[in-house]
Amino acid sequence: MPNFLRAPSGAQIALLKAAVFFACLLPALDLALGWRNGTLGANPIETLTRASGEWTLRFLLITLAVSPLRRYSGLHWLLRLRRMLGLFAFTYAAAHFMAYIWLDQFFDWRAIAHDILDRPFIAVGFAAFVLLVPLAATSSKAAIRRLGGRRWQSLHRSVYAIAILAVIHFWWLVKADLLKPFIYALILAVLLGLRAWWRELERRRQLSVPPPAKHLDRPVIRIVQK
Amino acid sequence: MLIRSTSGPADILPSEITSRALFEGRRRFLARSGLGLTAGAALWYGLGGEARAATARLSAAASPLSTDEALTGHEAVTSYNNFYEFGTDKGDPARNAHRMSTRPWTVTVEGLAARPRSFGIDELLKLAPLEERIYRLRCVEGWSMVVPWVGFPLAALLKAVEPLGSAKYVEFLTHYDPEIMLRRPILQWPYGEGLRMDEALHPLTILAVGLYGELLPNQNGAPIRLVVPWKYGFKSAKSITTIRLLERQPATAWRRTAPHEYGFYANVNPDVSHPRWSQATERRIGEIRKRPTLMFNGYAEQVASLYQGMDLRTYY
Repeated sequence: MPNFLRAPSGAQIALLKAAVFFACLLPALDLALGWRNGTLGANPIETLTRASGEWTLRFLLITLAVSPLRRYSGLHWLLRLRRMLGLFAFTYAAAHFMAYIWLDQFFDWRAIAHDILDRPFIAVGFAAFVLLVPLAATSSKAAIRRLGGRRWQSLHRSVYAIAILAVIHFWWLVKADLLKPFIYALILAVLLGLRAWWRELERRRQLSVPPPAKHLDRPVIRIVQK
Repeated sequence: MLIRSTSGPADILPSEITSRALFEGRRRFLARSGLGLTAGAALWYGLGGEARAATARLSAAASPLSTDEALTGHEAVTSYNNFYEFGTDKGDPARNAHRMSTRPWTVTVEGLAARPRSFGIDELLKLAPLEERIYRLRCVEGWSMVVPWVGFPLAALLKAVEPLGSAKYVEFLTHYDPEIMLRRPILQWPYGEGLRMDEALHPLTILAVGLYGELLPNQNGAPIRLVVPWKYGFKSAKSITTIRLLERQPATAWRRTAPHEYGFYANVNPDVSHPRWSQATERRIGEIRKRPTLMFNGYAEQVASLYQGMDLRTYY
């Protein structure tokens, strides 16, 4: 592996971030151009809604893939891309939400309320979006400081639930061909399964290692098993 | 012979008067062809762009049952299709349906009839005078089109086989060839649909063999398909091979898959929501804002009497 990938300098990280930023913008650019040029097919609103929804799901999964990739590749700087990837998931979700509220329903609040109340797949998608908002709002360093690391982390763990809701939203929307939602569900299951497995490894490690005592300045009572 | 060339004298059908949007669509199409997509277009149609322009036109009489609403453009009608055998994306049928050979083709009419038999496609094209029927098409997914079909009343075919008094329902089975179509059992193949006998004999119900004055493109259900304009699109089975006259209501494809979502009747009804989407409004392809959906897709005057006394919430 080239050295700059293993331990990139600050400038190299900035460059990497810029490259990833523009790559993440490409789908949005492609859709915007398609809309302008009239190449989104016979039903451009449907195309836009579906594409923005699917990109939201992809960015959620990419964001959730950062930790495993970092752990198994040893590329610790990957973590520094995670906030941006998560914010792109939110951006595409917001575009998806607006495509529905604005282009599809044209601010017909009565129809929208009915949709949310009557149609489980819309309710689930709506819930996922609402839960995503506080995560986007607390993504800054200042917010982490304000909340404190532990509280911030437990809040941001709700991304697991959001990703599950997003996959269910897609699953329930499809009329008959479940292949695509199944693939997303499978990837999500692997990403969440890894975390459950790490937790289990951590639990076993803590059980097997005796608590270190040497830097305690008080007498330690040790319970010794017979 | 019913097929004659464009150079011959032909009545000018409403669909032959090119709408501005369509005209511009064609200009765009030509421009893109010039940019190197000719090969793709040729694959689409199974013909070159030039050859397509010379395709034989169907001679068809205008019908008083046609709507005078603006037609949905040819490109949209032939590129945005639900034909799951060729893929579940709306663009899949236009990409894949060229694999299907529609000649020779026979439609077998069997079951409770005095004279059940098979019909060759050329015989069907001559069975009754062809008419142009410009119908609204409303999909259960909430979009709609206005399509200039060419066809003849299903009643003409049924009368030819002389249905028995015990025949109460008509079942339609469609072409299925695993070599060229989806093998995953998304729906039960072959796709099956059905109508009550009075619905089948209704003058609005046609077997279509063409659209926009030409033979049906494969993705639209060539060489012969059902069109029942007051019902959701999935009732109008494509590429039909078998028609059965039955005493009992047949099982139908979507109803088998999700019975509480798709009924046997599937009449367009803005008051009965599909569990996953409202049916109160629809988006006409080519338009941005939704429009209200009409009872029986705007054909209430002609068909409401068929369902007198029926609770349309129960029989959705």
